[in-house]
Parts: sequence; C-alpha cells; structure tokens
Amino acid sequence: MYKRGLVQVWSLEQPEWHCKIDEGSAGLVASCWSPDGRHILNTTEFHLRITVWSLCTKSVSYIKYPKACQQGISFTKDGRYMALAERRDCKDYISLFVCSDWQLLRHFETDTQDLAGIEWGPNGCVLAAWDSCLEYKILLYSLDGRLLSTYSAYEWSLGIKAIAWSPSSQFLAIGSYDEKVRILNHVTWKMITEFGHPTTINNPKIVVYKETEKSQNLEMENLPFPPTRAAASSLFSTESKYEVVSSPVSLQTLKPLTDRPNPKIGIGVLAFSPDNCFLATRNDNIPNAVWIWDIQKLKLFVVLEHLSAVRSFQWDPQQARLAVCTGRSQVYLWSPAGCVSVQVPAEGDFQILSLCWHRSGDSMALLSKDQLCLCYLENEGVK
Amino acid sequence: MGDWKTITVPIPSSESKNISQFTSETNMSPSSLCSQQVLCPSLPLAKSVHNFFRAFCTEENVDQSVSYLDQELTTLGFPSLYEESKGKEVKRDLNIVAVLNCIQELLVLHRKNLLAQENVETQNLKLGSDMDHLQNCYSKLKEQLETSRREMIGLQERDRQLQGKNRNLHQLLKNEKDEVQKLQNIIASRATQYNHDMKRKEREYNKLKERLHQLVMNKKDKKTAMDILNYVGRADGKRGAWRTGKTEARNEDEMYKVLLSDYEQRQKQILLENAELKKVLQQMKKEMISLLTSQKQKPKEKAEDTPGTVLSDVEEDNSELSKENMWELSCETVREQLTNSIRKQWRILKSHVEKLDTQVSKVHLGGFKDEEVISRQDHEQETEKLELEIQQCKEMIQTQQQLLQQQFTTTCDDDTSSLLQDCYLLEEKERLEEEWALFKEQKKNFEKERRSFTEAAIRLGLERKAFEEDRAGWLKQQFLNMTSFDNKNSENGKPQSAFSGSSDQDNLTLHSKPGQKSYSVFSESSVRTSKLTKSLPVSPSTSELFQTIRHISENSSSCVLNVATEDTKPNQVGRECTAQKWSVASRSDSQEGGCSGSRSLACTDWSIEHRDGLP
Repeated sequence: MYKRGLVQVWSLEQPEWHCKIDEGSAGLVASCWSPDGRHILNTTEFHLRITVWSLCTKSVSYIKYPKACQQGISFTKDGRYMALAERRDCKDYISLFVCSDWQLLRHFETDTQDLAGIEWGPNGCVLAAWDSCLEYKILLYSLDGRLLSTYSAYEWSLGIKAIAWSPSSQFLAIGSYDEKVRILNHVTWKMITEFGHPTTINNPKIVVYKETEKSQNLEMENLPFPPTRAAASSLFSTESKYEVVSSPVSLQTLKPLTDRPNPKIGIGVLAFSPDNCFLATRNDNIPNAVWIWDIQKLKLFVVLEHLSAVRSFQWDPQQARLAVCTGRSQVYLWSPAGCVSVQVPAEGDFQILSLCWHRSGDSMALLSKDQLCLCYLENEGVK
Repeated sequence: MGDWKTITVPIPSSESKNISQFTSETNMSPSSLCSQQVLCPSLPLAKSVHNFFRAFCTEENVDQSVSYLDQELTTLGFPSLYEESKGKEVKRDLNIVAVLNCIQELLVLHRKNLLAQENVETQNLKLGSDMDHLQNCYSKLKEQLETSRREMIGLQERDRQLQGKNRNLHQLLKNEKDEVQKLQNIIASRATQYNHDMKRKEREYNKLKERLHQLVMNKKDKKTAMDILNYVGRADGKRGAWRTGKTEARNEDEMYKVLLSDYEQRQKQILLENAELKKVLQQMKKEMISLLTSQKQKPKEKAEDTPGTVLSDVEEDNSELSKENMWELSCETVREQLTNSIRKQWRILKSHVEKLDTQVSKVHLGGFKDEEVISRQDHEQETEKLELEIQQCKEMIQTQQQLLQQQFTTTCDDDTSSLLQDCYLLEEKERLEEEWALFKEQKKNFEKERRSFTEAAIRLGLERKAFEEDRAGWLKQQFLNMTSFDNKNSENGKPQSAFSGSSDQDNLTLHSKPGQKSYSVFSESSVRTSKLTKSLPVSPSTSELFQTIRHISENSSSCVLNVATEDTKPNQVGRECTAQKWSVASRSDSQEGGCSGSRSLACTDWSIEHRDGLP
C-alpha cells in the first residue's frame, strides 16, 4: 500500500500471524522480500534510503543513496548476495551485500553514465550492469567486484532496453531499441549472434500461430433463462483459438511516436526457458506477437500472434512451457508440442493483466486488476 | 635532236614552199615538232612523213634532196649515200646499197623509238593511276583523321564532365561527412552540457534529499515502527550473530570460495570439451590418412607426388601420435603439431577431392576417356539392376524352399494320398476312360441292333404264329390221320431226350456263347422246330395241343432275345421247365420240345431281361 506507506505481511501457514510495517512520513515507493524471507526491504520516497526490516530481530537498517533506476536491487539465485545500485556525487556505484547479516562486501564504481539496471547471473558469480538507453553499454563484474568485460554494440542510437540471463549462465541476451537481440557467451563475453525481429516472416520453416476468434454459434431459442454462468461468460467474451498461418506472414506493427521519450520500440521483454532451449521475446513495436527462438540452433522457431497486445509472459519454472496473457480473458500456453488458448471460466469480463507460475510448474496465478484466478494444470501420464 | 632542227637546208625554190613549210614548221616550234614527232602516234607520223616526202622530194629536186639527205645522214653518222667518187665529177651516183642500209638503219631506229615510246607511255599511265590511288587514300585517311580527332575531342569532353561530376560527388560526400562530424560534435557537446546540467540538478536533488532525509530522521515519529505479532525464526534455524571482523573475513572467504568453485567448474567443463575435440581431431586425422593411403592404390598417373607426401606424413604422424598419447595435457607445442598435421592432411584431401571433381566433370563433358571412371548414372543403373536380380533370385530360392518343405512334410491324408496316387496313375486313368467311352459306344450300337433284332423277332414270331397255325391245321389233319399210329411213343423218347439234350445243349450253347448273334439262336430254334416237325410220333390230346399252341403264341409274342446269359439258376429253371414240360408234354413231345425250347428261351429271356436290369 504505497500511498499509505504501509506494508502488511501475512503468513500462509499461520493465519493468525500478521505484521504491519509503517514507514510513516518517509513514504514508500517499493517493497520487496529478501531471499530468505525474513527481511523486507522498503524503498522510501524519492529513493532516499532503503530500510531493511528484519522479521526475526525486529531490527532496522538503512542503506543510503540507493539509485532510482529500473532495476536497482538484484539478489543472487541462492540468495546469498545482494547487489544494489547506488549513486553518489553523480557517480554510479554498486554495493554487494551478504544477505545473511547485511554486511557490505564490496563497493565499487561503475563506468556508466547512468546505471539503468543490474542483474546477477544464475550462477551467482557474474553481475551484469547496463547503462541507460542513451548509451548502449553493458558491464560485467565478477562477484568480487572486478570488471570482467564491457560490451557495446553501437553508439548514438537508443541502447539497451532489457536483458535476460540463460539459466545455465552460458548466455546473456540483450534486447535493444534497434529491435534486435544480441546474445553474448560467457566465455569471451562477445556477441555470438543477433536476432532480428522483422515485420514480415518469409521463412516457411517458422511456424506462425495466429489467434483467431471462434465463431459463436448462438442459437437464440436454446439460450436458457436466467443465463448460466458459462453462457454469460461466453456471451461477453469471445473464445479464440490458434491457427497456423502459412508464410509469408506480416505482423501487425505499431508506429511509435518518434518525438516522445521512451518510445514503444525495441525488445522490451526477454525470457529464457528453464531448460535453456528457448528464448521468448517481445518486440514492442509488434506488440501482439511473441517470438520464440530456438537456442540450440540459434534461429527463430515460432511466432505467436494474438488479437491484442501481449501484456506479459512467463516460462514454467520446470519445463519449456510458456504462458502468455494479453489482457483478454484467455491465457495462452505454448510448448514445443503445440499451443492452446484457454478460456478462463469467470463471471463477467476477466482481463488477465499478468500471470505468475508456481515454482512447481503445476499451477499459476492469473491476475487481473482486482481479481485473482488460480489455474491448475493437469498432467496426463507421460512415459 | 635539237641539232638538225636548227639547220636550215638550202632547198631549191620549187620545193621551197614545202621546205619553207617544213622550215616554218621548224621555226614555229621546234619543240612542238619534236614533240609531235615523238608523241604523235605512228599513223599521223606516217601521214606527215608521206606529206613530208611529197613536200620534200619531187621529181625535179631529186639530186638536191639526195644530197641533202646524204648530208643529214653523214652528220648523223650514217655512211654516205653516194658511191665513192672515182673522179672529181660533180654528179655522183647514188649508192643503192648504202641507201637501203640507211633505210634499214632508220627503220630499226624508228622501231626502237616506237617501243621506247610505248614503254614510256605505259609507265606514264601506271604512274598516273598510282597517283590517283594515292590521292584517294590520302583523302580517305584525312577524313578518318578528322573523325577520330572529333571523337577524341568528344570523349575528352565527356571525361571532363564526368570528372567534374566526380569531384562534385566527392565534394558532397565530404560535405556530408563534415556535417555528420559536426552533428556528432554537436551531440557530444550537448551531451556534455546535459551531463553537466544533470549533475548540477542531481546535486541539487541530492541536497534536497539530504535535507528531507534529515527532516525525516529527525522527526522520529512513532509511526515508523514495525508492528509484529511475534518474531519469526531465521530461515536456517540458527540464531543471529553479531557483526564482527571475523564474520567479515568469513564472508570474504565465502565469496572467494564461491568464485573459485565457479571457475573450477568452468575449467573442468572446458577441459572436457578440449579433450573431446582433440579426440575428434585425432580421429579425423586418422581417417583422412587411411583415406589417402587407400587412394594411393589407384593408378599413379593421377597422383604424381601425393603418395610420397602421404607416406612421409604417415610416418611423421605415427611418431607424432605416439608423442601425443604421452602428452595428453594441453601443451602448446603438441597442440600446434596436431593442428598443423590436420591442416596438412586436409589440404591433401582437398586437392584429391578437387582432382576427382575435375575427373567427374571431364567424364560428364566428354565420353568415357578413362575406363576406370564410370559415370555416376551408369553406376547407379547397374546397381539397381543388380539389386533387382538379387531380389528375384531370393524370391525364387524362397519359393523353392517352400515347395521342398511341403513335399517332405506332407501328412498322409487319404484324400491327398489318393490324389497323389491318382496323379501318378493319371495316364492309365485316361486310357481307361477312353476305353470305357469306346465300350459305351459299342453298347449303344448293340442296343440298336438288339432293337432291330427284337423287331425282327417280333416279325418272326408273327410268322411263326402263322406257321404254327398252319402246322396246327396240318397236325389236325395228321391227328386225324394219326389215330391209327399209337405204338410209336417209345421212339419219341429218344428224340425227346435227344431233343432235351439238344435243347440243353442249345441252352448251354446259349449260355456259353453270350456273344453269339441272336439269329443263330433263331436258326437253331428254327432247326429245332424243324426237328420237332420231323419227329412227331406223339399223339397229344387236342386240349393239350391247344394249350401248347397258346403257350407258344404267348411266348413267341413276349419273347425278347438277348445275348448275355450267365446265370445258372434260370438255366436250372429252364431245365426244370423243360423237365416239367417234358413230363407234361410227354404225349405231345414235339410241341413241348418246342415249348420247352421256347420256354427255355423265355426263361433265358427272363434271365436276360433280369440281366438287362443291371447297369
């Protein structure tokens, strides 16, 4: 509850337990858990400081000068270390903390103009830090603060928009404003390939799934009264299904306004599949499409085109299964075996704005503006 | 030439006109006359000469003309025309010989001159034409020169224009580059300006933040508090520890441990990869060597020096291999050696493949130059054919095997065995069938004949009936006559017995001769009847006689003779009948004999008829 500066915490196992943290006049801009689940990091207003509340000792610690950037805090996968972006005296620094006792391990300056984000690699040994979009620059630091390498693809144009590490830490995918994804390898930190996102797909080997609306066969005589839930939902929201479209396919593009800042252009979202085989990307000026790349062959595999703009997508943490939501009442699942559009059976209009998989991969939460739907996936016996 | 022109000749006045004409001619234009005399063709020359002769010499001035001619000729070097003057006489005689010689000389000279003139004229013509030709060439070349000059000028002009354009473009490019540079400079300068501004603003912002922070911290309102129900245990279950130097050191150590472990893992992976790749390379090298050494077996004119290099390489590599097996770790020199040897082998292989490619292309283009090199299509066709053949042979073998199996493992089913046996006796069966058909045909024929015979028998029976009636009439007569002859009964016995015996014999013959034709039986019966008619001593009663006559008629009407009689029983019956009849017809023996005969016939008929019932 950012406006009130309050954080409320509940326990899933003990319903009676509760906790309330009040930041008071300091205000609250962001709040996140620490990886051990015992500390809450609150970022106060104007990014004045980060307050670390401990749930086990009820103690408070403060971290000064956090950087107000897109992704200023990053925890390692094993939860041991935390990297924090700071800015003092118009210079960017990175501080590394040990999460167990919040000890400052390293503190070093970064060679960036305006640090936009930091992210640990999954092996916890390399930290990627990238500059703002005015300059294409990404820096790679090792755990002990040494600079391992820098990479810059080009100058002057708008630079990095988003990055993603592959689960094995072998690849670092960088999505930039020039509608391309560049993949760096972890041995030399040099680019091995770049993926372009053209508006027309000519290669017939690439499968393009297009979402189409199913024609509604409404028989006016057979409609029951009062209308049942299913009927009502089907009336309000149209069902859809995927169709395979043959090449050449041209995708719906969005012409971005060039005189505004933060144009909707470039690769805004990237995600690797957990088995390191696929990379899903979204090109912001082709907002309806999700591009799935085969990492083993380093080429485009599948394109999913939807009727409305893709809001978010997330891979199943256990297997190569991608769930996509576009703001309609369907959740879309893709796997190498095929793709399906699943209608959420809900009353009225349920617009899925984001989704979140459970760690086991059996269920996921579908979030709309003020509703939550838990989706369970049944697994048929697979030999 | 010019000499005798200028000489004026004292000519007598009678010819003075002519001479003066001549001289005037000479005076007029010595050169023209000369040229006339030289250039004019021979005809007009002859004319002028003739005119000249007429003009020069007439009958009056012969002497003068002779002396003149003599003078001229002597001056020209010819001998004198006059004879040698014997005395000092004024008149000298003309030396005809000398004159003729002079004339001859002059003719020769004239001819020579004409020839020379012709030659000169032809040469003149030639030179004229040459001149014309040269002039034409000259004019043409001049034209060409003009045009080429014009072209050159045009090209030069174009070149100039293009160069001008090029320069312009260069200039434009330079301008653009300059502009780009300028813009970049502008951007850079603006960036620095913005950075500076940003920094200034950020400092201001920081100051504000600091201020705000101070205010916030100073406020110390109770609201900034955590309201928690109860403490939550630590995630790892341990208790919290104070932060000391030791913990810091420990943290550092842990961090380095993490890093080191990561590096070690990576190094292991890389080592594994390296080892695999090395293995692969070595394998490749070995295979390449084996390939190349097998290629060496081919005719040597194709590979001139590669066998030598291959051999040497093989030797080298063998030694290298042994070395490399020892040095499995990545030693710099070993690595280089491996890569170099692989590169060498690859080069050799590549050259070999290229050679093969050229060979193939040659084969495609030209005919089969090399017998060993077969075109790919033919090869494929051959292999297809061979495969088909193999397939067919296999199928044949399989079917044969199956048949053999069937033969050996057939169970003795009655039907099958009979079938099998039947198949062996098929020929005989067919023969038998043929004979059977023949037999049936014969049977049919016999049937026909039998019918005809039966008809004949019926007719005969009718005739007999008539005959019997006649006989009966005759017997009646005889009976009426025979009432006196009663004592001849004993004589009848023998013929009866003989008759019976004969009838038995007849029966026997009937039985024994199945194939005998029926008319012989009839003949016998007729014989018997004749016998009967002959031996008639008996005097039977009239009622018995009528009975017998009735019997005979009945029998004769119903008798149907046949061939086959093999049953002995009806014979016995027949015999019994005959015995009975004999006993009955003891008195009327002849008729009975006939009856018995007929009866036996009937009996036999029965048997025969019975027989006929059989198939």
